[in-house]
Amino acid sequence: MIRLLGGIGAQVLAMLAVIGRVTLYALLTLRHLVTPPFYAREFGSALLQIGWLSLPVVGLTAFFTGGALALQIYAGGSRFDAEAVVPQIVAIGMVRELGPVLVGLMIAARVTSSIAAEIATMKVTEQIDALVTLSTHPMKYLTVPRVLAAFVTVPLLVGIGDIIGIFGGYTVAVRSLGFNASTYLQNTVDFLEPLDLISSLVKGAAFGVIAALMGCYSGMNSGRGAQGVGRATKSSVEAASVLILAANFLLTGVFFSI
Amino acid sequence: MIRFDDVHKAFGANQVLRGLTLEVPKGESMVIIGGSGTGKSVALKCVLGLVQPDRGLIEVDGRDATEGDRDAFLARFGMLFQGGALFDSLPVWQNVAFRLLRGELKRPKAEAREIAVEKLRRVGLSPDVADRFPAELSGGMQKRVGLARAIAADPEIIFFDEPTTGLDPIMAGVINDLIREIVVEMGATAMTITHDMTSVRAIADRVAMLHGGKIRWTGPVAQMDNSGDPYLDQFIHGRAEGPIAAVR
Repeated sequence: MIRLLGGIGAQVLAMLAVIGRVTLYALLTLRHLVTPPFYAREFGSALLQIGWLSLPVVGLTAFFTGGALALQIYAGGSRFDAEAVVPQIVAIGMVRELGPVLVGLMIAARVTSSIAAEIATMKVTEQIDALVTLSTHPMKYLTVPRVLAAFVTVPLLVGIGDIIGIFGGYTVAVRSLGFNASTYLQNTVDFLEPLDLISSLVKGAAFGVIAALMGCYSGMNSGRGAQGVGRATKSSVEAASVLILAANFLLTGVFFSI
Repeated sequence: MIRFDDVHKAFGANQVLRGLTLEVPKGESMVIIGGSGTGKSVALKCVLGLVQPDRGLIEVDGRDATEGDRDAFLARFGMLFQGGALFDSLPVWQNVAFRLLRGELKRPKAEAREIAVEKLRRVGLSPDVADRFPAELSGGMQKRVGLARAIAADPEIIFFDEPTTGLDPIMAGVINDLIREIVVEMGATAMTITHDMTSVRAIADRVAMLHGGKIRWTGPVAQMDNSGDPYLDQFIHGRAEGPIAAVR
């Protein structure tokens, strides 16, 4: 029994230690963000990798989710004669919840894994040590550009995902469920409030920072060899996904109380 | 001059350096030999601040290596890593000119490229290699690019970590000759880590043998064969029998 409790205690302490290290890493990133030098070329490259190249997967995810959402709401609504609420529920569902969360999770899958694998490989092959010997701080060169690029681009991706998701719902509703096109759009626009959009974009920024930060942290702290790279990649996606969902819960609570 | 004074370093229960004391005079080429896992790379990394010693002092030209302006300190060094450690995402010329494209040594892009191409030529690579990516090069070419990067900013001190590991004997000979030429030509202080005795004889002014976390023997390369030290004798002749355990 004592051994069991000791094991649980050790796990809890290890988890708290990781939380502490990630927090310190985030604070260190913030410090390097506001002190020169700033590597503009790496920032530009990260904008392209995180933002532009994520558009197809974000767009497809949002479109199919919007379409499926419209069908589900129609099916559920028809049980109490409320089929007409499809545009409103698709809009609020996509903008307040599904858009940011799905984009966040897609970014965790696509970007966090890629950042973690790249940086872990750099560590294993001594490229991080080489950066230091070339008078270049790895935090400034690798972490800051990626975190900043995610902070800027993921809200934009969420905004685009929201629009495409609503369009997915619109397409299904108009083509398959017999809704009038202009009425559907009018209902969508009338129903959404500025706070819905703000919450969506704020969540996007937070999820972007989490995704990039966890990728960088796991990569920088990876173990040796191919196994170390694999573990770093896996743990980065797990941690980013869980943190994104936890942050979503907290932020939803905050916006709910406004 | 680089001076190690009673430097200790452990990784968990593994005590790697147990009182390393060594002096590398300015302008000399010192080669550190020793079995795998004896802490040779750790010693180099301690000088550069990549690994923090647990105890002891490391001085470069009389100044504590852990104090003062880090960038200015590192600007005095060049390092050739064991696997090259070239940046995959950058073309060869940007790898070589990395230090010249950013930071205090930043130059205009065209000038940095010109210097990179010149350094590539110095290590026997043609200018058309400049625009290739590291993954497109052979192991020997990657080593030479790494060497070009190490000397790109004309450093006062150059570290070579296993410069011939993984190369065929001819390419190893080419790299050894290049290192010797460059060190003599630049008048740089050099520290090389290797197990390759051909490299030792080609590169070294002085040799130090690291064993059990301490310097076991040090002296001019010419005296290495007549040292009378059984550990050094076993190592340089590659004998399985002797005071160094073959199974570690």
